[in-house]
Amino acid sequence: MAEMWVVRWDVLAAITGMALVTYACRAGGYAVLRAVRPPPWVEMVLRHLPGCLFAAYVAPPLLALGWPGWCGAAVVVGVQVTTRNMGAAIIAGIAATWGLRLIAG
Amino acid sequence: MSGSEERSRGRVIFTRDGVRRGAVTSVPLLIGMVPFGLVIGVLSAAKGLSFAEAVLMSTFVFAGAAQLVVLELWTDPAPILAATIAALVVNIRMAPMGAALAPWLDKLRGWKLWGTLSTLVDHSFALGIAEQRAGGRDAGFLLGVGLCIWVGWVATVAAGHLGGGLVRVPPGHPLFFASIAAFLSILVPLWRGPRLDLLPWGVAALVAIAAHRAALPVPLPLLLGSFAGAGLGAWMEMRGRGMPGWKDASRG
Repeated sequence: MAEMWVVRWDVLAAITGMALVTYACRAGGYAVLRAVRPPPWVEMVLRHLPGCLFAAYVAPPLLALGWPGWCGAAVVVGVQVTTRNMGAAIIAGIAATWGLRLIAG
Repeated sequence: MSGSEERSRGRVIFTRDGVRRGAVTSVPLLIGMVPFGLVIGVLSAAKGLSFAEAVLMSTFVFAGAAQLVVLELWTDPAPILAATIAALVVNIRMAPMGAALAPWLDKLRGWKLWGTLSTLVDHSFALGIAEQRAGGRDAGFLLGVGLCIWVGWVATVAAGHLGGGLVRVPPGHPLFFASIAAFLSILVPLWRGPRLDLLPWGVAALVAIAAHRAALPVPLPLLLGSFAGAGLGAWMEMRGRGMPGWKDASRG
């Protein structure tokens, strides 16, 4: 029960670092981009970054998971496209990979 | 009530009613957010974070995708530098959001401005832009959406941590597919068509896989993949326009 409320210094430092850079992105982005107009290539890189980031994130684990992972990924994208409900897409994807792994043994 | 330009750029107000309306509008989004928050909570518990640490992170960082990436690369002792860099890379996408909401934000001062910015997330950005385009001029709307998502986020992560601490999910369990699933579903609305996104996303994925195979430490595969893809995307757009960027910038 007591360990529930433990806060270690190294964890607190990591959280502080994350919180500071995240606020810098939220507020600093507005402040800087309003004051100085960045060159168009910077804006373009920023626009492309989110999609590329998540693509780079999912590719290695999907490759490691093999075909049940790919099938699960197809289910997630399919459900997201049709329902536009992130919760439904995530649950359907987990259910699909779980089921396929059980079948595959 | 004449002309959308007048309404959106004219008298911008910030009222309690606007905050309330934003909060009410964002309630349906909470339903979609619950599994994501639960996953972060369960993952926090699995990675050895205490309840207090998981709640602190969710309260002060308040960025699901960044928390997910950081927890994936979590070690004991905590990877302070890697976590900070990963959060920066994942959240840099928020930088242009504030600029896009400028018609509202420019009229705010003090805590209303900096407080609203601290609650800025993908949801409040999307709803805020929609409200702005519909002629809304109550900037409190943005804070309302942000606050509602914030409370929902911290509560679901806390619930996930409590549940995860009880069940002890082993590594490699299909439940961890939830993090991949969450990012895949974020990717769907980001897709702007094959001409703009196919090559950059493909290159980002391939570079990340290659860096992963080369056993480069985290978050290097993520960083290299993201910037290789985004750089290529920007280069393709510049070439498509047939002009070097700095010329355009000097005119602006």
